[in-house]
Amino acid sequence: MTSKILMKGNKAIAQAAINAGLECYFGYPITPQNEIGEFMSDEMPKLGRTYISAESELAAVNMLIGAASTGTLSMTSSSSCAIALMQEAISAMATAEIPGVIISVMRAGPGLGNITPSQGDYFQATKGGGNGDYRTIVLAPSTINEAVELTYKTFYLAFKYRNPAMLLADGMLGQMMEPVELKPFDLKIPDSSEWEADGIGEGNNKRPFRKLVSLHMQGNDLILLNEKLQRKYGTIQENEVMYEKYMADDADILITAFGTVARVAKSAVEKARSLGIKAGLFRPITLWPFPSEELKDAAKGKKTILNIELNEGQMMLDAKAAIDGVCPIELLSRLGGAIVKEGEIIEKIKELSSKYTCLKVISDNPSKNESQDSSRGHIKC
Amino acid sequence: MLKEIKKENKLVFSRPKTIQENYDYPFCAGCGHGVVLRLIAEVIDELGIQGKTIAIASVGCSISMEKFYDLDIVGSSHGRAPCVATGVKRAKPDRIVFTYQGDGDAATIGMNETIHTACRGENITTICINNTNFGMTGGQASATSILGQITTTTKKGRDPKKNGYPVKIAEMVALCDGAVYVERTGIFNPQSIIKTKAAIKKAFLNQINGLGFSFVEVLCACPTGWKLSPVKSLEYIQNEISKVHKLGIIKDITNITE
Repeated sequence: MTSKILMKGNKAIAQAAINAGLECYFGYPITPQNEIGEFMSDEMPKLGRTYISAESELAAVNMLIGAASTGTLSMTSSSSCAIALMQEAISAMATAEIPGVIISVMRAGPGLGNITPSQGDYFQATKGGGNGDYRTIVLAPSTINEAVELTYKTFYLAFKYRNPAMLLADGMLGQMMEPVELKPFDLKIPDSSEWEADGIGEGNNKRPFRKLVSLHMQGNDLILLNEKLQRKYGTIQENEVMYEKYMADDADILITAFGTVARVAKSAVEKARSLGIKAGLFRPITLWPFPSEELKDAAKGKKTILNIELNEGQMMLDAKAAIDGVCPIELLSRLGGAIVKEGEIIEKIKELSSKYTCLKVISDNPSKNESQDSSRGHIKC
Repeated sequence: MLKEIKKENKLVFSRPKTIQENYDYPFCAGCGHGVVLRLIAEVIDELGIQGKTIAIASVGCSISMEKFYDLDIVGSSHGRAPCVATGVKRAKPDRIVFTYQGDGDAATIGMNETIHTACRGENITTICINNTNFGMTGGQASATSILGQITTTTKKGRDPKKNGYPVKIAEMVALCDGAVYVERTGIFNPQSIIKTKAAIKKAFLNQINGLGFSFVEVLCACPTGWKLSPVKSLEYIQNEISKVHKLGIIKDITNITE
């Protein structure tokens, strides 16, 4: 077992990327992820690997496209408004099936916002601001230890599926320090020799020349490409869903939360249990593919779901679609860099507990609770 | 006698290996792209680097390169070809990497990337086709359109008070310390084509010798965009465009850095 060291989240992520075999890093400064670029500028040259401080995030992500096109482990890191600048390239990467890795350490928005922690970029990461029907694989750690593990996994999945993959952390995770066990990289990066455009074409080893492009003008090329991509996304959805359940099976109130918020929620669950309220947690680890089936199963028989996010319910839309009305779902949100505190969660759990434990509350005031109509069959006194 | 006939049948002209055997020629009559793409293919063949070259495609008519080059090709978004090329070259430093861009790509939307790549002294080659308009989208004014030039967005001619002044991208690149060789040529008569090929060859050789960033801007005709006949277009390059975007070697420090 490797020993634990006290480390900042951003540095741990950067070290993990190097452990995974990162060959090329391209970045541009933006808070709260600057330690990643700084770490890379120190460490990559020592290892004879590439570090470039690009002229913009547009440049950085397009350098990433170039390097990853040759089958080289490459990444960029950035935050919110600057990840916004990268969306065109991420769509192009998905189209040309290039395995670029993007580390996104969220700050608070919208606009330039500020540098406080937020989860306001769930839509940006999972739905993408780029054009067309593409998907980005998105992994969301809730501890620094997990950030290391998921950084490894992000590289692995990017290459396994030849798809852009993103590690989505928030400013809190990037900036805080905690004891980390930097386990050695134990995954095998899938072979890229069958697709990489590494310039060793016909005449040398007789393989056909390769074109990694995102323009498809000929006949029905684009139709076929889209069908192929959708089949791939189906395979990813089927095989790569990750989530954590904590005291969820017998819970009456099931919290859904990701990232750092899930940590706060976890201790709130424990407190609620000590107060005699059966609370539990369902934490999606892959935000795309979202654990829809698994959440639906977990939601069955629950009195309600409490969805907690540092945004106005962006993940809740996925959760709502997933549970398909098997139980009600409520939102506890904090915006603009505010953090949700354990006490606030417990208060909300108490409120929901009294609201949903007694059917009388609902039937006394039917008009006010119209939205819960579909789920009344699941409310038990 | 037989020997003499054989001599007479000697192969004097053929398709470069770097150009695919069967392709649909995508360019308009009188367009300069076809000529320059052939010149690049000839240079790649002559230098024997087909099997180790990666071409970076860009957006505009230049993207047609994807269709008929027998090379590994990586595409890029509009204006970002030098960044993609940088990524490829840093990942595979022993390969030959070049971008093929128009003036819309390299001098308009991608000016920032062109300049920074030159400043970094990235050891790549950029061939920039300057036809002073956006050809693919129907002939709108670009950053390099000359004053008075009539386009679909400057119907009364480019007016500096309304549309600003033309960008002279080669001169801007030449100001960057990392650029070792910058030349502007044109495609308007046989001599100019020979000169262009020599410039392209030098730009590739510089990269092979590890000298740094080379930039060749080629003034090319766009008869469709300019609404001129192919012949008139060649005259327009010689008499009008090359008076603003002046021909010649703008910078060459290749023997200094050797």
